[in-house]
Amino acid sequence: MERIPILRMGRFLLVTVQVDLQDEVVQALQDDLTAKIVRYGARGVLLDISALEMVDSFIGRMIGHLAAMSRILDAHTVVCGMQPAVAITLVELGLSLGFVRTALNVEKGMKLLNEAIANDDPHGLLDAEDDERPL
Amino acid sequence: MASHIPDILRKHNSAILTDWLAEQARSFSRDTRARDDTPALSARFLGELADATAKGNVDDVDGEDFREIRALLEDLSRQRGLAGISPRDTAMFVFSLKKPLFARLRQELSGDALVDEMWSATTLLDRLGLLTTEAFQRTREQIIERQQQDMLELSTPVVKLWRGILALPMIGTLDSGRTQIVMESLLQKIAETEADVAILDITGVPTVDTLVAQHLLKTVAAARLMGADCIISGVRPQIAQTMVHLAIDMGDVTTKASLADAFAHALKRQGLTVVRAVKS
Repeated sequence: MERIPILRMGRFLLVTVQVDLQDEVVQALQDDLTAKIVRYGARGVLLDISALEMVDSFIGRMIGHLAAMSRILDAHTVVCGMQPAVAITLVELGLSLGFVRTALNVEKGMKLLNEAIANDDPHGLLDAEDDERPL
Repeated sequence: MASHIPDILRKHNSAILTDWLAEQARSFSRDTRARDDTPALSARFLGELADATAKGNVDDVDGEDFREIRALLEDLSRQRGLAGISPRDTAMFVFSLKKPLFARLRQELSGDALVDEMWSATTLLDRLGLLTTEAFQRTREQIIERQQQDMLELSTPVVKLWRGILALPMIGTLDSGRTQIVMESLLQKIAETEADVAILDITGVPTVDTLVAQHLLKTVAAARLMGADCIISGVRPQIAQTMVHLAIDMGDVTTKASLADAFAHALKRQGLTVVRAVKS
């Protein structure tokens, strides 16, 4: 089974979806992502879905779940690069993902995350802990 | 017994044509555009009619024998339909042939033969008249359809106001079909230009009911999913009242009274300010 790579970029995790999401792939991604947020103490997650061309209600809900899980683990989540067709489909399915932050591309998403973190932690106290946490 | 109509048409061709043209000139309303090509067309029509009826079936206008006549009439109706000539004038082309034709029939025939031929001539011309009207109607419907399509495409331009700011001035009633096109073109443009803010201007939307509001909110939600913020502008006083009376909840969508206000808001969001140039 394919796994979606999760890249660590400083305080953030970058998840780039390059394949069409199968249900079990998403399930595995949820496991991996939550594990890595805890392991690296990540402060933000960028979910880049610019290569995603098709969604169904399950995938739409999973995107929402990923964001909600990250938030519970105190990491800000930004979904970036959603294609017009995907956005229309999600709205027609009634999944507006109102609580998920969105950005047009990874660059803008990164800016958004930096702003959010600067708000949370203006003095950079939480950055001191740079080492990996024990599993 | 074979019909006398083709013989009479051939024998009195020029006389019928002259009377017919006079009849047409009288029956047409003051619109002169119809008359330019009428003499040539009328002469051709008479010739074709004589040929078609001579083949035996006088009133079988849907048959093979009348193919040429049908083509001629449809062509004529289409041209007149495109030129904006009234359906009455278009149909009178055929119907005004009755009087001259009947006059010649009366001249040539008498008794039962006359009655029989009058009947076939009436049926024939009525059917040809109906054919003309149908073709005319079809042309007009095609024109309307094309114009509708044009309007649909013309009325949804997405305009770039500034780097990162798009505006979508919406004109006309918003139904599901149009909203779909509006939504698609807006989202496409957002993806292309990576605009952060889109202004939906509804100044040109005559009424906002629950359905239209729902369409608007869907568009806003889809743009937000892509990472762009929407501002709705051009809310007229009556529309604001209607929306409150209908208990339409616009959620956390920013609404502004005018496009200028929305643009100023969008500039502010981008961290831009407009300053007056200092006179030196």
